[in-house]
Amino acid sequence: MDYIARLLLPPQESTFAHEVDALFHFINFTSLILLVGITFAIIYFAIKYRRRSDEDTTPLITHNNTLEVTWTVIPLILILIVFAWGFSSYNTLRAVPDDAYEVYVRAYSFNWEFTYPNGVRSTNDLYVPANRPVKLVMRSSDVIHSFFVPDFRIKQDVIPNRYTQQWFQTKGPGSHVIFCTEYCGVGHSDMMGMVYALEEEEFNAWLEEEASKDIESMPLVEVGELVWRSEGCMGCHSVDGASGIGPTFQGLWMRERNFTDGTSAVADEDYIRESILQPRARVNVGYQNIMPTYSGILSDRQIEGIIEYIKELSE
Amino acid sequence: MATTATNGNALKIQQFSSSEEFSHNFLKAKPGIWNWMTTVDHKKIGLMYLASVVFFFFVGGMLAITLRLELLSPAQNFMDADTYNRIFTLHGAVMVFLFIIPSIPAALGNFLLPMMIGAKDVAFPRLNLASFYIYSIGALFTLISTGLNPIDTGWTFYTPYSTSTGTAVIWMTLGVFVMGFSSILTGLNFIVTLHKLRAPGLSWGKLPLFCWSIYATSIIQVLATPVLAITLLLLIMERALGIGIFDPAMGGDPVLYQHFFWFYSHPAVYIMIVPAFGIISELIATFSKKTIFGYWPIALSSLAIAFIGSLVWGHHMFVAGQSELAVVVFSFLTFFVGIPTGIKILNWVATMYRGSILLASPMLYALYFLFLFTIGGVTGIMLGAIGVNVHLHDTYYVVAHFHYVMMGGTVFAFLGGLHFWWPKITGKMYNEFWAKVAGVILFFGFNLTFLPQFIMGSQGMPRRYYSYIEQFQSMHVYSTYGSWVLLLGFLIIGAYLLHSMFRGEKATSNPWNARSLDWMTSSPPDEHNFPYSPVVIHGPYDYHKPESEFLLGIAGSDHHEEITVGTETKVKQ
Amino acid sequence: MAEQAQVRAPHVQHHFASSDQQFDSAKMGMWVFLFTEIAFFGGLFVAYIIFRAWNPELFTLAATQLSTPLGATNTLVLIASSLTVALAIRAIQTDKKRQSIILLLSTVGLAMVFMIIKAFEYAEKFAKGIAPGAYYTYEGIAHESASVFFSIYYMMTGLHALHVVIGIGILLWIAWKVHRNHFSSEYYTPVEISGLYWHLVDVIWIFLFPLLYLIE
Repeated sequence: MDYIARLLLPPQESTFAHEVDALFHFINFTSLILLVGITFAIIYFAIKYRRRSDEDTTPLITHNNTLEVTWTVIPLILILIVFAWGFSSYNTLRAVPDDAYEVYVRAYSFNWEFTYPNGVRSTNDLYVPANRPVKLVMRSSDVIHSFFVPDFRIKQDVIPNRYTQQWFQTKGPGSHVIFCTEYCGVGHSDMMGMVYALEEEEFNAWLEEEASKDIESMPLVEVGELVWRSEGCMGCHSVDGASGIGPTFQGLWMRERNFTDGTSAVADEDYIRESILQPRARVNVGYQNIMPTYSGILSDRQIEGIIEYIKELSE
Repeated sequence: MATTATNGNALKIQQFSSSEEFSHNFLKAKPGIWNWMTTVDHKKIGLMYLASVVFFFFVGGMLAITLRLELLSPAQNFMDADTYNRIFTLHGAVMVFLFIIPSIPAALGNFLLPMMIGAKDVAFPRLNLASFYIYSIGALFTLISTGLNPIDTGWTFYTPYSTSTGTAVIWMTLGVFVMGFSSILTGLNFIVTLHKLRAPGLSWGKLPLFCWSIYATSIIQVLATPVLAITLLLLIMERALGIGIFDPAMGGDPVLYQHFFWFYSHPAVYIMIVPAFGIISELIATFSKKTIFGYWPIALSSLAIAFIGSLVWGHHMFVAGQSELAVVVFSFLTFFVGIPTGIKILNWVATMYRGSILLASPMLYALYFLFLFTIGGVTGIMLGAIGVNVHLHDTYYVVAHFHYVMMGGTVFAFLGGLHFWWPKITGKMYNEFWAKVAGVILFFGFNLTFLPQFIMGSQGMPRRYYSYIEQFQSMHVYSTYGSWVLLLGFLIIGAYLLHSMFRGEKATSNPWNARSLDWMTSSPPDEHNFPYSPVVIHGPYDYHKPESEFLLGIAGSDHHEEITVGTETKVKQ
Repeated sequence: MAEQAQVRAPHVQHHFASSDQQFDSAKMGMWVFLFTEIAFFGGLFVAYIIFRAWNPELFTLAATQLSTPLGATNTLVLIASSLTVALAIRAIQTDKKRQSIILLLSTVGLAMVFMIIKAFEYAEKFAKGIAPGAYYTYEGIAHESASVFFSIYYMMTGLHALHVVIGIGILLWIAWKVHRNHFSSEYYTPVEISGLYWHLVDVIWIFLFPLLYLIE
């Protein structure tokens, strides 16, 4: 039984996962009995009543009301049980506890941005206190996305014109993968993230450390790396030369860029600035015109940080 | 034994023999491309549909093979994400709109429905031809879309992605819009045909179950497809003019699009599967040589599925952001589709009890269907349970579920039906040995392809993913191997069916010893279906009566005579 | 039985057993088609209802831009055309071909009057900048979703107008066939089912008029 559960389902890492799984196993088990029964009957009949000669005659059995009622009522009872069970687990999934820790989630192609109550933001890495209910209040700034954590058995679409929400409570510290499950375009399968559940003190320490990070006093290269990590650049632009949705940052500096309109330019400071603020003005050959503008989102210092970071990556 | 004709006016009834000399083979009558293209003969139109859907099944299938090949390893193999997205969209759109919706009703239904009810044609033969050309125009539009800039929205065209992507969405949706009218007009034609053109004595209770299933399908086509048409029109307007109904920036709502879309597309699922039920009923009764068990439960459950199926569209949107009350209501209603479906399966199994079962290849396809469709059905129950659905929604579990229903169900039934009626359609027998081999290969390949998808789906593998984390690779590899086995199976089928057309043994008029009217004529049928005007006394599954009692017609009637009478006689004013 | 074959009239197609069967089939076919038309427009009505529920104040505001007198005139024109087409069917049933042609042509005439009035309405709105979707430039309505109301208006009335144009074509063709002696009291199926179609076009307008013009 344990082996089957491990084969079919991810680990139960949220407080209500076992509830969902119990129903999953119940339906599977009932279905299996039904399937084996039907398969057995088919094989048995096919052998026992195989045609022996073309002159075979068969009895005239047109219907049997008792049987019809039986196989209407029994499935009816079963589906009512399944409905009620599904309904009750759904209620647990939807009833957010009052003391839940709240995190705002903003989805955009192809990143997850998390904002914590003290104003700290992180991208694609969600840090939460372990063993405590966490409520996610989510919206999208472009197309529809969907926030899915298999280990928690939670999923909810993230849509552009309203907040949707869901909650979970972990059973302890650990890390769990986040998937986007509503098709959102070329980077859909790369729109992944991680949930890190930390012990309460550890979590608070992380929050404080993040809040204390002051980009005004950091070296520019470190600012650049921080921006790359936290503002969603890393979703599309690698720093190790790997191909992605956008060009890699490694070796980009002063490289000749060819654009879809036939022109070309050298990747200097001015070009990088333009690519960040007006990404759709000139698009590199071989890439899609999908990068959102960061005009009004990044400060001059942050942009300069990115430029310095790219420079460093090309040395 | 009901012997006399049941309708009031006294008909003189005569027994006919099915001897071939009577017949003017429809395949040989009026040859030439132009005559085929302008034909109003439902059989030829059915064959033109058949050729089209087989072609599109091949196209969609090759797209699927390409997708599975890319998914062999987690990272990029040989195509980029953009190409992958376009290919899975085309695979879905081609399979849904160009193959599976017209497959059974428009191809086999067109060929068989008038024959099963003893009519010479459908009620509106010219409209029938028009439907085919409307379908062709729709197909042409999708081709134009693919030539210009193949779309990458998924076959569901969800807004706002579909209104913001740079691909040729308008041409594609226009194509689907146009094909919708083909579907509506075919449904309309069948409804009227079934109501008005049944042979004397053929009461609703003597209608073959295939006709009942086509009837239920036609009702859905007529009631639901217009809503798809208006939805796509709104989507086209949204994209072309920016009307704002689905656009949040202008006070619209993208989730509204999903309601509109699934209001059609969920019933459309039953357009795809209900005709398959009809084929299975015919196959199981014929090859068990036994009266179908529970005729009325099977017939009426098709209508019940059509009706309940129209009320459950919201179960595609359990996590889409609709109200929690709506989620609960849609979940509750969804389960009720399971009841009539279960009734059908159990009645089919009960039909086999004490039958005289011949495991010919069409029957084997029917039995594969029972197994695969049962899996498709029970996993549907799993997806209807809301708590579990939240976890499984938009994962490979869903992909596996609908492939078990659509492919394990409809495609296997379609293949069963194709083999069953192949001798009637072409007048030739196929090679039974190779048919059985191909059937086993397909059954094995199908399960190898899609069973692993259930497992990776419940493990959390999301659908429409171009790359994936390594944890899922082993299941993806099995699935890809399975797709190659499937390809092999289909190639074998293509080979022996083609071979049979030219070298096959000549088929007799009723090789399976069936009882419904479609077998009471030569193979291939006469140009006007029957060399006499059929009359019905027995039911279509009365295997306890001798075959000769089924070849009944109005005494003294002969179609050649009738036509000349028609053109010569002047009407008295 | 035997007589069935003998009275086979030339208009009966080969696959029908009798003229009655052909007539019944055609009529049922048209009724089913009308159901699909209702479902088709039904989708738009649902969009209308939902948008009105979200923005009730917009609908009262925007409706003031529509000319009730012109809408009402058009309603009367269409009702009159329904009457003339019904009389045209009656005329052909009693073999009054000339009268039938005149009535069919007056139906076409009334339909054209409808289209001309509609064209004036459209032109007046376009001149003001009330165009569908992104082309909307009018500033007289203080509501951010004002253009959506008119998009719905244009889609509903536009689709309806398309049906009127198709109807004009069909009725002209029918009138021509009456003129060429294709129809008589024995066989008038196409006249009757075209009339049915025309009534539906009329009925849809009767729903559109109050829903769009008479919002208070």
